[in-house]
Amino acid sequence: MSTETIEKAPIEQPLTKMAEKAPQTAEKLVIFAWSGELDRIWPTLILATTGAAMGKETTIFFTFWGLFPLVKNEIRVTGENWMQKMLAVMNRGGDEHLKLSKMNFAGAGPAMMKHLAKEHHVASPDELLTIAKELGVHLIPCQMTMDMMGLKREDLIDGLDEPAGATMALAEAQGAITLFI
Amino acid sequence: MSITIAVSLDLKGLSCPLPIIKTAKAMKGLTPGQLLEAVATDPGSVSDFKAWAKTTGNPLVESSQEGGVFRFILQKKEN
Repeated sequence: MSTETIEKAPIEQPLTKMAEKAPQTAEKLVIFAWSGELDRIWPTLILATTGAAMGKETTIFFTFWGLFPLVKNEIRVTGENWMQKMLAVMNRGGDEHLKLSKMNFAGAGPAMMKHLAKEHHVASPDELLTIAKELGVHLIPCQMTMDMMGLKREDLIDGLDEPAGATMALAEAQGAITLFI
Repeated sequence: MSITIAVSLDLKGLSCPLPIIKTAKAMKGLTPGQLLEAVATDPGSVSDFKAWAKTTGNPLVESSQEGGVFRFILQKKEN
């Protein structure tokens, strides 16, 4: 094969065809909320509420550490056995008790971040959760995480969808913009 | 003929994503062809309003700025 034919390979044409075939906008947004940290849950909620405001059918699937922000703020200890209880003590749930992934400084970091957010009129995770519910964002707790971590339905905040599994989440993600945060 | 604004929103001081969320909520209440005016101070809202209009299909009739205040006029799309 000569180098000439390689150079002449019409690379632009197939790319153009692919672009034509791709849908212009995805109608759905699915976010897998894996992390329970303040600086990850916050953008998750910003993106979800924005997606819903853009008319996208939006779903957040809360799994592993991502499920703990959905625990009611007043509930201190969750779980049935000592391991699940210890986990809850070490990793307190509720959207008012979230830590930062960096510069946490034993809670001083989140306090400063919340102060700055208030000063700049940035909606808090709590406010964004309320907005998400109003806009019809599907908030789905992961059933497996609930079982493993010993979180009961009554430990979690109101207004959530029915707990579901990975298959349901992936089925929902078909043809959607998907994010894993 | 003067342009009639059906709804006017004051979004001054609000940060992302609230300007768009409040606008999207208010747009739901309009009938096709009606206009919504929004004023905001978040510089990010300039590109956000443009993108929201493009993805939702509601035309952005006006986008202007005066002394740090951004003014947008959106028209509710035909169904």
